[in-house]
Formats: sequence, structure tokens, C-alpha cells
Amino acid sequence: MVCDCGINIASVVDVPAVVEYVNTLPHVVHAYEQTYACSTDSLDNIKDVIKEHNLNRVVVASCTPRTHEPLFQDTCRDAGLNPYLFELANIREHCSWVHQQEPELATEKAKDIVRMSVARVALLDPLYTQKLDFNHGGVVIGGGVAGMTAALDIAEKGFTTYLIEREPELGGLLRTFTRLQDGRTTSEILDPMIAAVNSNPNLTVYTGTTLDEVEGAMGRFKGKLSNGEEIEFGSAIIATGANEFEPEGYFGYGSDNVITQSALEVKLDEGTVDAANVVMIQCAGGRNDEMPYCSRVCCTTAMKNAIRLKEEDPERNIYVLYRDIRTYGVWEELYTRARELGVLFMRYTEDDEPVVADGTVTITDKLLNDTKFEIATDIVVLSAPLVAPEGAEDTAMLFKVPVDSNKFFLEAHIKLRPVDFATDGVFLAGSAQAPKLVDESISQASAAASRACSILAKEQLETSGVISVVDEDVCIGCGRCVEVYPYGAPELKEVEIVTEEITYMTRKSEIDPAICKGCGSCAAECPTSAITSRHFTTKQISAVIDAFAFTDGSIEEVA
Amino acid sequence: MVVFEPKIVMFCCNWCSYAGADLAGVGRLQYPTNTRVIRVMCSSRIQPTFILQALKDGADGVLVTGCHIGDCHYIDGNVYTEERMGNVVDAMKLLGLEGRVHLEWVSASEGPKFKETVTEFVEQIRALGPSPLRAE
Ligand SMILES: Cc1cc2nc3c(=O)[nH]c(=O)nc-3n(C[C@H](O)[C@H](O)[C@H](O)COP(=O)(O)OP(=O)(O)OC[C@H]3O[C@@H](n4cnc5c(N)ncnc54)[C@H](O)[C@@H]3O)c2cc1C
Repeated sequence: MVCDCGINIASVVDVPAVVEYVNTLPHVVHAYEQTYACSTDSLDNIKDVIKEHNLNRVVVASCTPRTHEPLFQDTCRDAGLNPYLFELANIREHCSWVHQQEPELATEKAKDIVRMSVARVALLDPLYTQKLDFNHGGVVIGGGVAGMTAALDIAEKGFTTYLIEREPELGGLLRTFTRLQDGRTTSEILDPMIAAVNSNPNLTVYTGTTLDEVEGAMGRFKGKLSNGEEIEFGSAIIATGANEFEPEGYFGYGSDNVITQSALEVKLDEGTVDAANVVMIQCAGGRNDEMPYCSRVCCTTAMKNAIRLKEEDPERNIYVLYRDIRTYGVWEELYTRARELGVLFMRYTEDDEPVVADGTVTITDKLLNDTKFEIATDIVVLSAPLVAPEGAEDTAMLFKVPVDSNKFFLEAHIKLRPVDFATDGVFLAGSAQAPKLVDESISQASAAASRACSILAKEQLETSGVISVVDEDVCIGCGRCVEVYPYGAPELKEVEIVTEEITYMTRKSEIDPAICKGCGSCAAECPTSAITSRHFTTKQISAVIDAFAFTDGSIEEVA
Repeated sequence: MVVFEPKIVMFCCNWCSYAGADLAGVGRLQYPTNTRVIRVMCSSRIQPTFILQALKDGADGVLVTGCHIGDCHYIDGNVYTEERMGNVVDAMKLLGLEGRVHLEWVSASEGPKFKETVTEFVEQIRALGPSPLRAE
């Protein structure tokens, strides 16, 4: 079936021409056009067509298999067809969207892509999965609000859970400041959470501890802690949070009375802010070449603290020097409230920053026609961005998950898999992903925990059908596969060979289907082609190459 | 005169360069139509015979792509890809097919790099002209 994807494909590729062409290809019994291949109607229709024509292979020409293959595979399975007998021909991301000005060439390319898929699908084998027992425990790294929430959620479902915090105490960033923008104190949030974490019988808390080694894969992780203990778990959540940047070298930080927002909050709690004039500088150290991102929480934090300062002493003068201001979500109220209380806002730009010297802040206000102001101040408060904590890359390496250029963890897909990593069984929550507020961190942590539980709650794990297998008769036991394989799936075992003349011992490679991830490296390396990389066999790939590269575009006929 | 349109076989790994190609699509980055992508789980699946076969069949060039070193979904599969493709590229010189096989790392977030890689390779092959192995 060839999909229009509304106008996404059909506005560039001549879909009826592709369908007409596909109908002439060997193996093809039925080809048709569909407006949206992935709509419920269309999926039902695929099932009907499979049954009506008694199809044993299906190709859908539409979008990328990275998002839609599972959907169509399930459809095939529902119709009684092995899901591995399906192939998705990507004529959207790899064709119509990238050749918008060349409809004719794009149509020819689409025909090629479908022909290659037909060649491949004809040679695909039905594959079967295996059910295996696995470890139903969860591990959470980082004991801030996100990590504690996730660990509690998992433990409360009855699964053994380990919470690993590097610092001597739980709580994370919330230990460094005192009150939230909604008026709650940080201890109001932390105290009950820490108590619940410490009293849950399913939950083991390790403080002053790190996870230093991890091996295995989803369902069968093994980890080693810095205290030497070894743990086993099935799923992991990374919630290592963020730190407030030390704005060393910015706006006189380090000299007397130039402090960060967290330091101000501590003083506010102690009642020791002795200042009639306060200047806050936003984006201190952020949104520049080194740290190009917006740290999200600092505008709200500044509003919160400006209001607190005003409420403590309405006579105080407060100046907030900003580049852009956004107290996102419902917290725009705080901005309005700060203005009502008389907080003054002055705008600067990155190339004309305020200067702090000897108790005076000089700023050129961009909203008042570049008027220069000199503000005598008692304290300067810097709103510094949240930055990834030290060691984020090491944690990333443990689980083979990516971090972005600012060392924040990168989810598998921003919309489709927002708390997943591409690595199975590993999830993320909180400010480890990007700066966010407490409530957002908590709800994301619950989302990550429910994703983890969706795995832990299974009775058995299903292995993928896409794995490599060894033909013992062909294997010469050279061990190259063992050398190239990162997870230790192939192993050499001693086998006894009995023939009519002699009986002898030799070595043969054996691949553990529970560990094999189907990369196919061992198959490419095997000098005797004893290893078959299922779903990506040499024969299948060769057929696809032939289907394109042969000038006549022929497809090998198979029995 | 018939314009020479190079036929190029392109290998992409599921986790990085295939996703990079998807991202180029999502971003509507336009590039020449000459490549046909063959997806494998890891670039380390690509055995040298695939490249030779593509060229023998009449492809004018073969572009192999995968994750950057250190980013491989299978830890270090691409290290072996680099080794194998290094040998293939050397062999091409002996076969008079220099410049027709190229290895490039493209990550899942590098849509623009995907576009550039394809565009540059197509230009390179266009400049080289049809493969001497092309069936007439
Ligand atoms: C000054 C300031 C004021 C703020 N004000 C507000 C506010 O008013 N309202 C609001 O909603 N939000 C506010 N925030 C944001 C708030 O701090 C975050 O939303 C929250 O801390 C995110 O929680 P988390 O659990 O994701 O990360 P964190 O609180 O950073 O916790 C992460 C934990 O992981 C641990 N860890 C890190 N690496 C490892 C490792 N390798 N192994 C083990 N453990 C590790 C850390 O020690 C830490 O305990 C403020 C932030 C700052 C800096």
C-alpha cells in the first residue's frame, strides 16, 4: 500500500503512478493508494486485505520505520501474519519532504524505494521471540525531588527499588534554597518525601554512594556501587538533576554583597537581608556562547524573591535587570504582582551588559532609548543558570545514553517518547534533562516511574526476533565474533564432535539470545559466514542492493 | 546530451544516521535525489562484500554512514566499521574506483550534516563521472 500522508507525500510524489508501477513488480498481488496509512480505518483495511488476498508479506510505503513500524507490525500480527514479514518503505522523510522541488525525480526515487522494499520483504523470514525471566527491581540515580518521587512510585507498586544519592543527604537542589514560588517552604516538600522514602520497606536508600559500573541490558542489569556492593535490576531512571552555576567572573561575583539567588534565599530565611536597595541581574552567565540555553526557572525565582523582599520591607527599592523575561505557565501572575508592588524592570542586551563596581550598578536601559542609569545598591543578586552536574557524562556512559551539547540528558523523542532513552529500560526525569520547576520535575518523575513499571510489571521479558545465530557446522571457532561483540553475547564453548572415524573436542561460537542486540557486527566479521544476522541477512541486504543498483531494476524471483 | 545522474547506494544505521536522515526530512532540508538508503541496525553490519556488490551491480558510489565514534548504540560497533571501510577505501584505489566509497558519521541530531554529506558526495560522484563498471 502506498500512502499519500494527506499532502505530505502526494503533493510531491505521483502516488497513483507509484501504485501502477508497484503492480507490475514480481511478488506483488495487490497494491493500492491510501490517504493516511496509519488511520484506524486504514489499519483495519490492511487486515481485511491480508485476509482477502491471503497475503504472506506486506509493504507499506509511507513514513519512517523509526516511529511507525511497530504500529503496522501489530496490524500484521492481528491479521495472523508474523510481524517480521512486514517492511516499511520510507517515501516521506527520505523522499517527498527532501525533494519538494523535483517531483519527477522524487517519483522515480519513490518507485525505487518501494521496489527495494519489495525485494527485501520477499526474502524476510518469520521470526519468533523468546520469553525470559528477568529482574523486577528498579534503580533510581539521584535523590532530589525527581529521584525520590520516581523511587517512591516504583516501590509503592511493590517492586524492589534502590535509590542512589551521591551526597550525604537526600534532597538535591531544594536543600540550597528555602521557598517555592507558590509560598510552600522547601522543607514542607522535602521532609515528608524523605520520611516516606526512608520508611518504605521496598526501598533501599544509598547516600554518599555512586553507581560506578553497569553491565547487561533491560531486565538484566548488574551494577556495582562505590561501596563495593553489587545490585541487580531490570530498569533504571536517571534523575541526577542540575546545579546552580557559580557565576565566577560575572558582574563582580565573589566580591562582597554580590551573591546568587540561592544565597539570597538563605538570608531571607534568616531575616538577615540588610539592604534598602537591591539589584537583581538575570541571565548571569547564561544565554551566551558557552551556555546558549535558557535556564527557565530563574525568571520565576527572581520574581518570587523580589516579592519576598518587598513584602518584608515595602520601602525597599528593587531593580530587576533582564534581557527577556518569562515566568512561564501560571506564574505570569508573579510578574504582575511584582510590578504592582513597585519592583522596577530594566532591560539590557548581551552586547551591552550592566557593570557592577563599588556598590554601584551601571546599566543602559534599552527600553528608555539607551538612557544610562547608575544605581547605588546594597546587594547585587545574580540569577545564574542551572547547569548539568559534574559527572553527567559518566552516568551517560554507564547506560550508553546521550547528553546534549550542554551535558543535559537527551530523551529518545521529544514528543513520542519524552521520558524514554533510546536504550531499552532506561528513563529520565527532572532537571537532569533540562532546567525545570519542582512541580514539573515531580510529574515527569511519575511519568518515568510508570514507564519503568510498565516493564517491571511484566511476567516475562520478550526478546527481540532480530538477533544473530551461529551455524555450528560452519563455525571454525576462531573467536573473531567474541572480539568484536561489545555485550559478550557470543561465547566460545567446548563441544565434542563425534564422527564415524574419530571423536574430538573443538570450540564453537554460541550466541546468548537474551544478550544479543542484533547489531550484526559479528556476522560482518565472521570469516566463514557462519553467523546469520536475522532480519538483516546477507541475502536480504544483497537483494536490496541488486534491486537498486542493477540498471534494469530487476528483482530476484524466489520460490 | 543525456545528463549523468549518479546512482548511489547509501547505508544508514538505525540509531544515528537513519534518524539524521529522518530529521533532515522533518526540517524539509532539500538535497539531490540520487541516493537510496539501506537501513541496518549498526554500521558494523556492513560487510565489505556489500560495497563491492553495489559497485559491481553498477552503482556509481557507495556512502556508508553511522554514529560518531563514542556514540554507537552498540558501544563500539562503528570502530570496526571504520577499520573495515578504511580497508575498502584503500582497495578502491587499487581497483581504479578511488573516491567512490566514502564513510561519514552523522548523528541523530545532525539533519543539516546529513544533507551536506549527501549533497557533497553526489557532487563528488558527478565530477568523477559514471562508474567504469556500469553496464552499458
Ligand atoms: C536558586 C534556585 C531557586 C529555585 N527556585 C525554585 C522555585 O521557587 N520553584 C520551583 O519549582 N523550582 C525552583 N528551582 C528549581 C528546582 O531546584 C528544580 O526544579 C529541582 O531541584 C529539580 O529536582 P531534581 O530532582 O530533578 O534535581 P536536583 O534537585 O538537582 O537533584 C538531583 C540529585 O541527584 C544527585 N546526583 C547528581 N549526580 C549524581 C550521581 N552521579 N550519582 C548519584 N546522585 C547524583 C544530586 O546530588 C542531587 O541530590 C530553583 C532552583 C534554584 C537553583
